[in-house]
Amino acid sequence: MSGQSTYTPGSGFARWFDERLPIMRLMHDSFVDFPNPRNLNYWWTFGGILSFLLVTQIITGIILAMHYTPHVDFAFGSVERIMRNVNYGWLIRYSHSVGASMFFLAVYIHMGRGLYYGSYKAPREILWILGVIIYLLMMATAFMGYVLPWGQMSFWGATVITNLFSAIPLIGTGVTEWLWGGFAIDNPTLNRFFSLHYLLPFMIVGVVILHIWALHVPGSNNPTGVSVKDKEDTLPFHPYYTVKDGFAVVVFMILFAYFIFFNPNILGDAVNYVPADPLSTPPHIVPEWYLLPFYAILRAIPDKLGGVVAMFGSIAVLAMLPWLDRSKVRSAVFRPIYKQFFWIFIIVFLILGYLGSQPPEGWYLLISRIATAWYFAHFFLILPLIGLLETPRPLPESITKSVLGSAAGGAPSGSAASPETKG
Amino acid sequence: MAQSDTVDETRRDFLFVATGAMGVVGIGAIAWPLIDQMNPDASVLSLSSIEVDFEAVEVGQAITVMWRGKPIFIRHRTAEEIRVAEETPLDILPDPETDMARIERSQWLIVIGICTHLGCIPKGQSIGDERGEYGGWFCPCHGSHYDTAGRIRKGPAPKNLYLPPYAFLTDTSIKIG
Repeated sequence: MSGQSTYTPGSGFARWFDERLPIMRLMHDSFVDFPNPRNLNYWWTFGGILSFLLVTQIITGIILAMHYTPHVDFAFGSVERIMRNVNYGWLIRYSHSVGASMFFLAVYIHMGRGLYYGSYKAPREILWILGVIIYLLMMATAFMGYVLPWGQMSFWGATVITNLFSAIPLIGTGVTEWLWGGFAIDNPTLNRFFSLHYLLPFMIVGVVILHIWALHVPGSNNPTGVSVKDKEDTLPFHPYYTVKDGFAVVVFMILFAYFIFFNPNILGDAVNYVPADPLSTPPHIVPEWYLLPFYAILRAIPDKLGGVVAMFGSIAVLAMLPWLDRSKVRSAVFRPIYKQFFWIFIIVFLILGYLGSQPPEGWYLLISRIATAWYFAHFFLILPLIGLLETPRPLPESITKSVLGSAAGGAPSGSAASPETKG
Repeated sequence: MAQSDTVDETRRDFLFVATGAMGVVGIGAIAWPLIDQMNPDASVLSLSSIEVDFEAVEVGQAITVMWRGKPIFIRHRTAEEIRVAEETPLDILPDPETDMARIERSQWLIVIGICTHLGCIPKGQSIGDERGEYGGWFCPCHGSHYDTAGRIRKGPAPKNLYLPPYAFLTDTSIKIG
């Protein structure tokens, strides 16, 4: 970012190696001496938490694949065998299934952070869009992973989601049968979902690398939304943020461990412990909790194609966000009106999540239609209008000024370590 | 010299476009097997016909058989159900179709038992099942109601329950597919 590399090889071998493959230099400049805004709060630790979770999911997933059988006659049994017979199989499987939920919890907080502090605005549009792509890949991965145990909810969830594609005019049926490899969800479907469920996390790793690359061009946003102006505004990534991120990861692991050891099934659906039966649809089909808001949007529209378009549109609109929000001020801290609508949006999103778990009748249906309308209005109406009408509060001159107040006038950066003066 | 340059350039443009076009054809030819392998193969397609004997199905009862991995609903309709299905005016139907167009013999309604919305199996085959507001089938997933001719009446499904290809072999048996 700031041009000059500060890496100095520590030994003759390191110098020899650096001249041939400067990977240690890249790591040093990206994760040791990388300058980060000095005022990042704990909402900025979720990138580190997500990296930890991605690695956890890949390691536990590779182990599970050693014991799992992707065949309609054996899949359910092989998962039960992992739970009952394989040494520590219960721990590895619960870590993986709870890990998926934790992954989405962390990513929603990470995205909410971006929405609140305007991290999607110039010059971070590509960074944000890469994030939306990661989120889409996560949803595809989670969906296919949920099919693998071949329980009732696996089977019928897969039926409903793959049938979304049958809403495409003309080619819909052909696309759906192509996805299935038959005329219904069956063994070919399970096999290919297993293959793709193994592939997609590595694609996520690839896009995460691009995401971090795009992050390291402008550097991190910060709670004030004011850009870094000079070296005084920053701290090196190590040790300041390695320690802060590390601490946050450990705290997050407490929550993770609570679910694994004390409540591993609370986030899942008990019906998925019934083996898949292609002749009997369970009375209430619900996706996992992290997809519920979009499921509510799908069901709110009384038209098949319209519902599918609205559901995919509700995610696609995120990619357009940098151009829908017209305000030049990034952080909601200095945007009194946007701040209120941000919280209303979060509440609407949570309401949609609740409605997605309820049957689409009566009041539930009516409220889910209002909430869906609000969801889209937030992006297409409210955000552009606030950008025009709102008068933002005055921005601090610099990050350092915002941290140290008026005392910062030319103070050496060493005086930054006095948290009691923090505004 | 200048003239031969121009000739060369047009030749090069031609070679460039031709090479590019061949490349696209080649990539397409390589990509197709990689895509088509996911389609149902010949062994799946060949499992295409079954024979069903439903002599034991009484009036008002229904049975479900599997054909191509899909449930087929065979319902022995009551006289009342037939009458209601026949008398329903077409202009109130979301997917207008007469009862006659959906049956071979009026007491036997034979449809594919998959909701045309998102593929759930509607309720209504067993005695005591919820059959929805129109006495046919009710899909619990997203609330689609079907009538006694398997036509969509209410809810998000866009189409009537699809009909499998079948022919009567005797009065109480058919060949599906």
